[in-house]
Amino acid sequence: MRAWFFTEDAYPYLPDADSYESIRVNLPNKHFDPATGADLYNMYLDMWCAADEMGLNIMNNEHHQTATCMVPAAPIMLGILARETKNARLLILGNPVANRSQPVRVAEEMALIDVLSKGRLECGFVRGVPYETAPANVFPYRGTEKLWEAHDLIMKAWTTHDGPFNFEGRWFHARQVNIWPRPYQQPHPPVWVTMGSAGSAAQVAQRGHIGGVFLAGYPKIRTVFDGYRQGYLDTHGSDAPIDRLAYCALIHVGKTEKEGLEGAEKLLWYMSSNKVPPQFSNPPGYHSPAMAAAMMRGNNSGTGLPTSTNLAEQMARGNVFAGTPDQVYDQIKNFYDYCGGFGNLMMMSQAGFMTFDETLASMKLFSEEVYPRLKELTAGYDAGEMQEIKAALPDVENVDVSDLASEFVR
Amino acid sequence: MGSRSTIHRTLGSRISSISKRTGMTSETSTLVSLHGVDVPVVRRGSGPPILVLHGGEGLVDHLPFAERISSNFELLHPTHPGFDGTPIPEHFDGLEDLTFLYLDLIDSLDLQDAILVGFSMGGWLAAEIAVMNTGRFSKLVLVDSVGIKPGGPFERDISDVFALSTEELEKATWHDRSLAPNVSDMTDDELQNVASNKIAHGLYTWEPYMHNPKLRYRLHRIDIPTLLVWGENDGIVTPGYGAALRDLISGARLSVIPEAGHHPHVEQPAEFAARFLEFVSD
Repeated sequence: MRAWFFTEDAYPYLPDADSYESIRVNLPNKHFDPATGADLYNMYLDMWCAADEMGLNIMNNEHHQTATCMVPAAPIMLGILARETKNARLLILGNPVANRSQPVRVAEEMALIDVLSKGRLECGFVRGVPYETAPANVFPYRGTEKLWEAHDLIMKAWTTHDGPFNFEGRWFHARQVNIWPRPYQQPHPPVWVTMGSAGSAAQVAQRGHIGGVFLAGYPKIRTVFDGYRQGYLDTHGSDAPIDRLAYCALIHVGKTEKEGLEGAEKLLWYMSSNKVPPQFSNPPGYHSPAMAAAMMRGNNSGTGLPTSTNLAEQMARGNVFAGTPDQVYDQIKNFYDYCGGFGNLMMMSQAGFMTFDETLASMKLFSEEVYPRLKELTAGYDAGEMQEIKAALPDVENVDVSDLASEFVR
Repeated sequence: MGSRSTIHRTLGSRISSISKRTGMTSETSTLVSLHGVDVPVVRRGSGPPILVLHGGEGLVDHLPFAERISSNFELLHPTHPGFDGTPIPEHFDGLEDLTFLYLDLIDSLDLQDAILVGFSMGGWLAAEIAVMNTGRFSKLVLVDSVGIKPGGPFERDISDVFALSTEELEKATWHDRSLAPNVSDMTDDELQNVASNKIAHGLYTWEPYMHNPKLRYRLHRIDIPTLLVWGENDGIVTPGYGAALRDLISGARLSVIPEAGHHPHVEQPAEFAARFLEFVSD
């Protein structure tokens, strides 16, 4: 198991939520104090550096026009970390390539980080959540097609070393592609793509990339991971290696159960703060007409709106792992057995008002008391045996998929 | 109530028709196949032809104003691909695709001396068609039309309908907000239709938003009498926008209807029909 420390770098010092329509897209940036922002950026970088020192890997991402994530350009933060850290793998999950107009520029940025870090980059591509549509001014219809076209161009840019090639696709055009630098890792850095359904998982599996799932929980995880494993088997004729699957949950480890749960409550800031109106959570063309209609009806499944900020509920769903080191290990192990195993744990470990010290205390307990056991768990992975364990566990009673799941899935 | 099906072949297109009699005027639903894209066309009433191009909200042939007009004219009302549950063709990316599709449709229907009417996005479409060739048309009517950008880059000439809250959108659209469609009154199918229409609306108008930067340099080509009808309280595109559009079309007249917003044909159907009929009968 590889563990990835992740924080979305929130700017939590906001006025009363009743005073604004949305935390995303149109919240005026007069509420962002640059001096406070400078402290926060440095604190978040210090957290990532601490993760490196503890033997954890690093994950970051980007969002735009939102207080939930202060980083609108993840490659800049990752560029700093490429220099500041020594051992951690550096995962960006990911580049919102469906919303970016120049895939070649993305290929260049990623190659630079890979070279600077001497081959520690792991490069993710995402379609982006619905609220990214307005900031990017991009019509989200056919976003998945755009993502894969950008992916194809970037892969070719990374792996072509004998001069310019031509690309004239449906969405992107570049007639003289010949990037400098080329990546440090050969033939290219490991690639991650997010997935939220059996269909999207199969597309990732066909290409042999790592599939990342965010907060799908017990209700959806089997469908997605099974879709990946089947897609991988169909394409490659062998079982998907366990390192091809990744799951992201909110995680807090305390010395006591009480401390663990109190920390997890602070992580739920991501759900409680995510106030977004329908025009931004349901832009035309992002969701299918059926889902868009359901959302217009007020059924917010899949919108990213916080249907539950109840910790017990989120823990029952498998979205949050929290408690003592033993409890957290057991919760992860149970989820791991249930879904048939995964080799990457992305840990949303800091949110909202959680302090530097609180975050580091949890990371330390995790890295010393939980992580070694997880590494042991996956070291003994056997695909056949794992499927037997999984088969012995019945499907958990389906819980309504909270918006949370889909919000992070894409 | 009887129905019949016929198939015609015209200019490489296939037309199949189903006729039915609804209310006072006869209505025929025709599926016109244009190089792989099927366009439903409702024909209603009899008389000189009027080609009606609907806007982003979807079909308008069922509205009272259409009933009034079709007592003197034959109203031809195509459904833009993507609206009313029809598929979006794989190669479609924007309004230009619709413009060329309708150039084919107009040939296929063999329109002569027709009146071309467009509402909102359909007005933009009508203008794009008219700057190509007005040969098959006698008159042009643009209703609260989009299509140009009169102001500078920092000016929001056209409300960003995709970024407004429901309440803001209703305020901008309607003089009388009680006329706004209510989600709770709709069936699941109707609501899904609304969602699909929004996708198609976005496809045709997203960027450049609701306009073609080149159109203003082409509007001089419109050489048929043109009437712009505008709701006085339109908050999507104001009467001032209408005046800017009028000034780019030679001899065009702007007729502003009081107590109406973006849909004067819905809010003031009698007044709308009267002004329309006065213009086309002139």
